[in-house]
Amino acid sequence: MNINLTLFAQGITFFAFIWFTVKFVWPPILAAIEERRTTIANGLAAADKGARSLEDAQVKITAILEDARGQARSILAQAQTRANGLVDEARTGATQERERILQSAQAEIDQQINRARDELRGQVAAITVAGAEKILAREIDPRAHQDLLDKLAAQI
Amino acid sequence: MAAEEVLTPTSYISHHLKFLAEPIVSGSAGMGGFWTIHVDSLVMSVLLGFVGIGLIWLVGRTATAGVPNKRQAFVELLFDFVDEQVRGIFHGDPNKFVAPAALTVFLWVLLMNATAFLPIDLTTKAIHAVGPEKFRLTPTADINTTFALALSVWLLMIYFSIKVKGLGGWIHELFCTPFGSNPLLWLFNFLFNLVELVSKPLSHALRLFGNLYAGEIIFLLLWLWAATGLVGTVGGAVLGLGWAIFHLLIVPLQAYIFMMLTIVYISMAHESH
Repeated sequence: MNINLTLFAQGITFFAFIWFTVKFVWPPILAAIEERRTTIANGLAAADKGARSLEDAQVKITAILEDARGQARSILAQAQTRANGLVDEARTGATQERERILQSAQAEIDQQINRARDELRGQVAAITVAGAEKILAREIDPRAHQDLLDKLAAQI
Repeated sequence: MAAEEVLTPTSYISHHLKFLAEPIVSGSAGMGGFWTIHVDSLVMSVLLGFVGIGLIWLVGRTATAGVPNKRQAFVELLFDFVDEQVRGIFHGDPNKFVAPAALTVFLWVLLMNATAFLPIDLTTKAIHAVGPEKFRLTPTADINTTFALALSVWLLMIYFSIKVKGLGGWIHELFCTPFGSNPLLWLFNFLFNLVELVSKPLSHALRLFGNLYAGEIIFLLLWLWAATGLVGTVGGAVLGLGWAIFHLLIVPLQAYIFMMLTIVYISMAHESH
């Protein structure tokens, strides 16, 4: 077990190997591992961000849905009001129309009645004159008794 | 194994514990002295370093930040494991030096330790067929290797101490901690720190060496028993399996401990008391 030159040879070899590892072996592996770590960290951060934006979107969606629901509700209410208004309007219109038609019909009827009455009155006057002629058996001058006849006609 | 030798237990074990030693300078200082190099330890450790670090280098070159393939996923598991250990201890930017150094230590020591699983007689026989008669497979069972690693870490520790605290700061710390800056305590502080400085590389190196060397010897003893006959072969095989399974725990554990101590020592150098 003697110490000899091998000691120095091995020492030099050892330093050479250390130098080689420090210089050429360690850095590329370290670089690859560090790069992968960065990639993974970025991926995790991106996933986190994605999850957060999903949450945000969820909140936004809920808000939009709520809004839309509210709008739909108000539109429905408006439509209901509108329809009710329309129906009311139509009803009022129809009632008015009916009144108008009834009134005009009534007016016409009245008119007809008056006309018929006037006609009848004339005829009654003529019949009366004819009757009186027959009773008196003589000519009556209608002109002489016009005022009488008119009074009669007005009485009928 | 040399056929002409008479095979005794001693010769078997000592044969397997001999390094492929090459003298660098000839003469009396050469063989067995300091100017010798253990070619087997050096070849195995460089080879394993190239295999281990080269493989993750290849994977790292084509590393993608997207979905990793299985090879890359495995390398990343290793990477994360080391990174996690470092981050638990070292409070600075670990990517600049500490973490890659820890990965180097862990991977390299793990592979060097794992050579203990190679069937020693078969492999040495195969290597013997190509040339060298002695060849030890496990570089971490060579005290030169473990001390080389531990002392390198020790030098790094001192380097970072001086780099972070400045030379003055480091020397101040040597004399004024842990007991206080009273001049009367300087000597005690320094002695205390000296013990720490010496014990750190010693325990660092000897722990790894002891575990692997002991493991190797126990394997050799079991294979010795296996050479004694049928009972020995079966018993040796069963116990060899048991020891190998236990070794499956020791090998990564020692690599892990060596790495952790490396991280701790270098981290401590970064921190002021």
